Amino acid sequence: MSDPLLRTEGLTRHFRLGGLFGKRTLHAVDDVNLEIGRREIVALVGESGSGKSTIARLLAMVYKPTAGEIYFEGRPLSRLRSRRDKLDYRGNVPMVFQDPYSSMNPAFRVSHGLMRGMKLHRPDLDRRQRFAEAERTMNAVGLVPPGVMLRKFPYEMSGGQRQRVGFAQALAYRPKLILADEPVSMLDVSIRIGLLNVMTELREREDVSFLYITHDVASARYITDRVVVMYAGSIVEEGPTEDVLQHPKHPYTQLLVSAVPDPKTPLTASGPSDASEPPKVVDPKEGCRFQPRCPYAIAECETVTPQLRTVGVTHLTACHVARSDQQAVPPAYFNASKLDASASPATSAVSEHHVRGTSPA
Amino acid sequence: MKLRRRSGITDGAARTGALGGPGRFVERVQRLPGTRTDDAILEVRDLSVAYVTDAGLVMAVDRVDLDLARGEFLGVVGESGCGKSTLLFGIAQLLSPPARIVGGSVKFRGSEIAGLSDKQLRHIRWRDYSVVMQSAMNALNPVMTVAAQMRDVCRAHSEMSDLEIRERSAEVLRLVSIDPVHLDSHPHQLSGGMRQRAMIAMALLFTPDLVIMDEPTSALDVVAQRSLMVQIKELQQRLGFAVIFVTHDMSLVSNFSDRLAVMYAGQVAELGGTRQLFDFPLHPYTQGLLEAFPSIRGPKMHLQGIPGQPPDLAQPPPGCRFAPRCAKVTAPCLTIDPPLFDKNGDLVRCLLYKAGRPELGAAIFPSPQDRPGAGPSLSDLGVANPERTNDQ
Repeated sequence: MSDPLLRTEGLTRHFRLGGLFGKRTLHAVDDVNLEIGRREIVALVGESGSGKSTIARLLAMVYKPTAGEIYFEGRPLSRLRSRRDKLDYRGNVPMVFQDPYSSMNPAFRVSHGLMRGMKLHRPDLDRRQRFAEAERTMNAVGLVPPGVMLRKFPYEMSGGQRQRVGFAQALAYRPKLILADEPVSMLDVSIRIGLLNVMTELREREDVSFLYITHDVASARYITDRVVVMYAGSIVEEGPTEDVLQHPKHPYTQLLVSAVPDPKTPLTASGPSDASEPPKVVDPKEGCRFQPRCPYAIAECETVTPQLRTVGVTHLTACHVARSDQQAVPPAYFNASKLDASASPATSAVSEHHVRGTSPA
Repeated sequence: MKLRRRSGITDGAARTGALGGPGRFVERVQRLPGTRTDDAILEVRDLSVAYVTDAGLVMAVDRVDLDLARGEFLGVVGESGCGKSTLLFGIAQLLSPPARIVGGSVKFRGSEIAGLSDKQLRHIRWRDYSVVMQSAMNALNPVMTVAAQMRDVCRAHSEMSDLEIRERSAEVLRLVSIDPVHLDSHPHQLSGGMRQRAMIAMALLFTPDLVIMDEPTSALDVVAQRSLMVQIKELQQRLGFAVIFVTHDMSLVSNFSDRLAVMYAGQVAELGGTRQLFDFPLHPYTQGLLEAFPSIRGPKMHLQGIPGQPPDLAQPPPGCRFAPRCAKVTAPCLTIDPPLFDKNGDLVRCLLYKAGRPELGAAIFPSPQDRPGAGPSLSDLGVANPERTNDQ
């Protein structure tokens, strides 16, 4: 395969705390290597404060990375100097925001935002073409009839419709990758699924990739090809969606998956009541950041920061225990063993591969 | 002075004489099937709450009947704007203008509380029923320590000494597994989950019979959400209080609630046992909601959601309120406002389950117009007057 659409190398972003002379740094994103292919929907999941949104902002060039580099179609972003180049990139990688109620100017019609963005990012179009393009994108996101919808004010639309406008705006730039930061979390359940369907349709019809940032693992499973799990600023596990969610290797992913409420399973009110201390990312020490919460922590976890390692063909995890054991981390978080049963044989085989240094990857 | 529990409303009401005699109203209304009303702690009958706007009354809660047994966990789910929070505020007597109760009754432990004054409510608020608000970030005072906020509550609702207050505060914090050293913490020093748990601890200061929760987990991520739910359930089973839990996320309560009320456009669309409701949803809206949840396990399938959007409550559609979005709509749905039908103990507001169809149960209420004592249509009702229901 040729170059991925977007690739990050050692992407890091720290924030200094405590004003001008503050000594403490908050490690929002630490050494993240992320790849997004063409026509791929990648989910970035993790709890609040895990650095998901910081990554989105780094990719959208809102923040500058502290260290590391972002390559878009093979070209490093730090080389983009001219305003023209930066506008081009931003048109290629637009963002859809979380809150459809505050991300639109209430004083203007919907068409205003769409047309202005296009004027900036697609200067080759004249006014009429821009309008035709606006109508096309409104159609694409299911806002029909587009002529009527474009003339509406934001307050005349429901939350779901507004968020569709958000997608239409992003789409109007003919993007290659849309950064969707929790695009459905503010919407009602019955509306959400419609928007998720819009995302998959856009991938099919417009050849757009998505970075879908969410804490809702079930919706990530519904639309994505690949999942990247973040914890405390670093990637702890990544791989094909089904692999990661059905056979999670990292204890944090296991905890996350087991916490998803599932109406289809019978009542099990008992379960591990997790202490849920938020991870320490201000001046973190060496060692696994999940270690204080981890039921399987060994001595090594306290001193050595685990690196991402192969546990499946394209399945990576950053965990000492998943590696040093002959099998996956025992799924103590699961009440039922159905997830475990199918996982064990495959996993142990993979681990052996790894130990012998004949990892299939 | 010793903490005077259970003094509550009966004293207060008797002292002031503000209430009518024992409610004939409730005797008239049939018992709701599937509920343990013999042990009811809360009986909501025909409760209607309206917002007074320039365009007239907007009925946010429309003739809702609910029963809650002692120690029961009732989930109330629905989309935003369906009136679930308004219902909860109506039950807790926390409505403020422009919202007001325009009809119906709320009986807490057998006594009417709708329309009581703040002074009268003070005897039962927090002691006998308490409320956990949605956003702990906004509900806690950012410039006061946890201990100081608990002290405020205790002073307002009891005559405990400072030492007793301190001891009790530490005790309830331990209940929700927060180290009592955090008594002297300010809210910003606590994590989101701890703040929510501190809110719950405050609600438990007097070991109430009923705790009303308005989306207490909505600001938390899934892991914290899950552990909070488990904790609420454990506390509920240990201390035996009843819970009304309002949420927009059906799957969240699926493993915790005994019964579930699904609300749509101000009305109860379906009410039944949680397990049964998830396994055999009756109302097309409930069915649609359940199909809108992607699942983390099982086969991956294409989901549809529910097309359209909830109706404007200022002008609700004639007939069934869900009809414009319903996949199973028939001609009568557009004109007949369906009552609640009893289907094997579950209540469902849908003409599909109307009597006369052999496989279906009978309506427990004929139709809203014929309902005993329903009186004039709600838009004719002028002011909030709870005595109206009692003194005819």
